[in-house]
Amino acid sequence: MNLTIDTKKTDSLLEITLNGEIDAYTAPKLRDTIFPLSEKNGIKMIIDLSGVSYMDSTGLGVFVGVFKNVKANGGHFQLNGLSGRLQRLFEITGLADIIDVNRQIEGEAK
Amino acid sequence: MTKPYDYVEMKIPAKPEFVGVIRLTLSGIASRMGFSYDEIENLKIATSEACTNAVQHAYRKNEQGEVVIGFGLFQDRLEVMVADHGQSFDFHSAREGIGPYQQNQSIEFLREGGLGLYLIETLMDEVRIHQKEGVTVFMTKYLEGEQVEIDAKTIST
Repeated sequence: MNLTIDTKKTDSLLEITLNGEIDAYTAPKLRDTIFPLSEKNGIKMIIDLSGVSYMDSTGLGVFVGVFKNVKANGGHFQLNGLSGRLQRLFEITGLADIIDVNRQIEGEAK
Repeated sequence: MTKPYDYVEMKIPAKPEFVGVIRLTLSGIASRMGFSYDEIENLKIATSEACTNAVQHAYRKNEQGEVVIGFGLFQDRLEVMVADHGQSFDFHSAREGIGPYQQNQSIEFLREGGLGLYLIETLMDEVRIHQKEGVTVFMTKYLEGEQVEIDAKTIST
C-alpha cells in the first residue's frame, strides 16, 4: 500500500519508474515529486507503470496535471507498461485518446 | 428474525492512508463471495473512489471525522455503503432511505469529486447518492450472470 518513485535523468529525457499503488494516500507524494520536473522546457517525460498494481482517479488526476504542464512547456509526455486494468481505466475516462499511453508488452523483461 | 444477508461494517479515520485498508477488506469479502478478478478490481476502484471523496470532504472542512463503510453480502450481490458523517448507521433503514436516482444531486457531486463518481457509476451496476447529515454513497455489484439468470427464469416460466 505504498508507492516508490525512481527518476533517471539524461539531458532532456526523464524516465520515471513507479512501483506500488497510486491512491488518495500516495498521489500527493507522486504529484509533489513529478510536477516540479515538468516545469522544464522541452522535457521528454516517460513514466513506466508496469509495477503499478492499483490506480484510481487520484492517479489519473496527477497524470492529467503533469501532462498539461509538460505540454505547456513544449515537452513530450508518455506512459508506458500499462496493464490491461490500467489501460481500461484510461479508456473509460477518455484519457487514452488524449495522453500517449502504451500497453505492457507480453513477456517483456522488466 | 434472520436477515437474508450478512453485514460487515468498518469505521476508519477520515485519512487517506486508510483507504487502502478498506480495499484489502473488500478484496477478501468479494473474493469469498465468488467475484472474478476483474470484478474485484472494479469494486476496489469504485469503493476507493467513494472513500476518497469522503476523506477529502472531511479534509476540506478540517474535521477529524470518520468514514463508515458497510458491506451487505447477499446471495446474488454485494452492496457497499460509504458514509462520511462518521456515525454508524442502521444498514436496514439506511437502505430504505435511498430514493430514486436524483440527476441534479449526481451532477453536483460529480463537480466535487471529478472523475471519481464517473468511475463509480461506470464500474458498479447500481449507484445511489444520499445527502442528509453528510453524503452516503450506496452501490451494488451483482455476481456475474446473476441478473441474466433471473431474467431467464422469468422468460421460461
